[in-house]
Amino acid sequence: MSNASAPRSDRRVLILAGGMSYEHEVSLKSGRRAAAALARRGIECEIRDPDSELLPALQEFPPDVVLPLVHGAPGEDGSLRGLLELTDIPFVGTGAVGARRAWNKSTAKDLLRTAGIPTPDWVTMPRQAFSDFGAHKLLDRISTRMGLPLVVKPNSGGSGLGVHAVRKEDDFPSAMMGCFSYSDEALIESFVDGRDIAVGVIDLGDGPVALPPVEIAPLQGDYDYAARYNPGATRWTVPAALEAGTAERIAEIAVAVHETLGLRDFSRVDVMVDDAGDIQVLEASVAPGTTETSLLPMAIEAAGLDFGEALATMVRLALARG
Amino acid sequence: MSGTTLDDYTGRYASRVHGMAQSEIRALFSVASRPEVVSLAGGNPYTAALPMDELGEMFTRLLQQDGAAALGYCPGQGSTALREALCGVMDLSGVRASADDLVLTNGAQQGLDLLARTFLDPGDIVLAEGPTYVGALGVFQAAQADVRHLPMDDDGLIPAGLEESLAGLKKEGRQAKFLYTVPTYQNPAGVTLSEERREEILAIAERHGLLIIEDDPYSMISFEGAPPAPLRARVERGVIYLGTVSKIFAAGLRLGWVLAPPAVRDKLLLAVEAAILCPSALIQEAALRFFTEMEWRQQVKVFATLYRDRRDALLAALTDYMPGSMSWTKPGGGLFVWATLPDGLDSKAMLPRALQERVAYVPGTGFYADGNGRSQMRLNFSTQSSESIREGVRRLAGVVAGDIELRDTFAGGSA
Repeated sequence: MSNASAPRSDRRVLILAGGMSYEHEVSLKSGRRAAAALARRGIECEIRDPDSELLPALQEFPPDVVLPLVHGAPGEDGSLRGLLELTDIPFVGTGAVGARRAWNKSTAKDLLRTAGIPTPDWVTMPRQAFSDFGAHKLLDRISTRMGLPLVVKPNSGGSGLGVHAVRKEDDFPSAMMGCFSYSDEALIESFVDGRDIAVGVIDLGDGPVALPPVEIAPLQGDYDYAARYNPGATRWTVPAALEAGTAERIAEIAVAVHETLGLRDFSRVDVMVDDAGDIQVLEASVAPGTTETSLLPMAIEAAGLDFGEALATMVRLALARG
Repeated sequence: MSGTTLDDYTGRYASRVHGMAQSEIRALFSVASRPEVVSLAGGNPYTAALPMDELGEMFTRLLQQDGAAALGYCPGQGSTALREALCGVMDLSGVRASADDLVLTNGAQQGLDLLARTFLDPGDIVLAEGPTYVGALGVFQAAQADVRHLPMDDDGLIPAGLEESLAGLKKEGRQAKFLYTVPTYQNPAGVTLSEERREEILAIAERHGLLIIEDDPYSMISFEGAPPAPLRARVERGVIYLGTVSKIFAAGLRLGWVLAPPAVRDKLLLAVEAAILCPSALIQEAALRFFTEMEWRQQVKVFATLYRDRRDALLAALTDYMPGSMSWTKPGGGLFVWATLPDGLDSKAMLPRALQERVAYVPGTGFYADGNGRSQMRLNFSTQSSESIREGVRRLAGVVAGDIELRDTFAGGSA
């Protein structure tokens, strides 16, 4: 554990939540839940929705530490974190560079593959490429080369928005259009038939450690927005029922992802595990949700830790980093 | 540890809540309220146009003069004086009623809910325009009703469509419990049932013994002369009429009423008492003073003039910016325009991109129980200034153009 000094009661902690992305509401919920958890640990927080007044406000009345919980852009794409770095106000979580790496799914996959971490085959194509080279020719080549089924997802973004499975070629047009509703770049990835596992990684001062893995099983259909945010729509099992060797390997991989992408304090790594126990990393998030249906707090509690205490420790560490 | 669904009560819920779920649309709308976004998605009347100082004085007088009564319980049917005043309001549209036949509710929305509780068993058929008011769909879905949509055009509900639907039901050996209709300046379509069709619809309903629920929130928000008289103004039997102060005074008061035949009224009254004991005495007293002490008809004119200018701005901007392959209704009143996108465009899929361009609308699918409406959207003109509306449409036109390009890129089905 850290030897960072305990926060004084007059410390100002500013939680940034909301933002301009489609995950606005989820982020506000994350912010409120984190604020309540920290309040129970004696740390009072102010929650602010970042807007054009944020920078002057930070300069005029700088908080001691910031906890950015804005999902989507600009919270996770590096811009908000870059802004915080410009102010020299310490903040909890990954810095701008790491955030940018994780945000761009294909960049992240490229780094992971180079580091020897398994991730499904993929191709990334900007929207413009489909009109320049002919959508049908391009999609035909992609499906011939990669085989079906495939998953089409925005190259950046979260909460399952704009993600569509392509099980037959006819599914392509609407999947592509749905994807381009959320991003100008599509990530087309081989579908992995297996179990959906999310692993939280936290660093409470002694280096990143993997939390117990959470298995995600939507009761109906895909793990889409509705399945994520309607209590009762998904069964989460923590720790996931996995062979001991598989669980260990997942933990090692999750920590390796966290380190390879240069993430800090906490992250969530999403993997798929097939019947043979093979593990494939899908993506990592630098601002995982902390709502009542989010995986990170669930995993923290499953590890025998208190969510508020873990956050408080990360706040202390950020203060000590300065 | 075994799995959790984060809901310990999964096995205990009533079957009627099984279909209720948050969708991604809800998440998208959380962004729509940001100040950077020009929201054409709302449905709020422009309450900032109310004379706040005068209302403040009125509320002060109310509390000084009648505070004790206004802050207590009241009879379930509510204030007789207010019901009489509301009869006066309806009389202006030609609806003749006795104060005894009115049941006051928390907005017309509660009136609808009470009617659903009173009339609908699970599986019952409700006929409604397609598209129809989203709040009504919520009520009917909660009642587990089977909503069948009827076709509309620029003159409102098509009588032949109603006739056909009723004949089809007869063949199935079934009967609709009622027809729910917003005949004047419909939400969301903005169209008005024509004079001739009103008579035809009533004749068909009479012939088939079909009960009509007429929801009439907008008829006083008229831009080009009075609309055709409500259905209830033409017949006293066979039509239950829903009224509200939301558009002529203030939606935040949550005050509506149901005008129903005595037998239905008595059941609704029991239902009101079971649900809320009585409507708010304070709100009733405020509404009574609005209708008896203030220049309320002048205020309705203020709203109508404001909305007419904004409708004009919306229609002009649509004409100026949108492609020729897009069409929209031209409402003579109310709060909404219903726009149809060029072929192959999907208003629900397009919404995230619209929000990225800082403009919001409501995708058409919300106004259908059967998944239709993907190529339509509802545009509101009551909440934003004319300049904002124009800017919003300019942004939206860019999004539509982008989606046309996308459609053309991926057109033709399979890869």
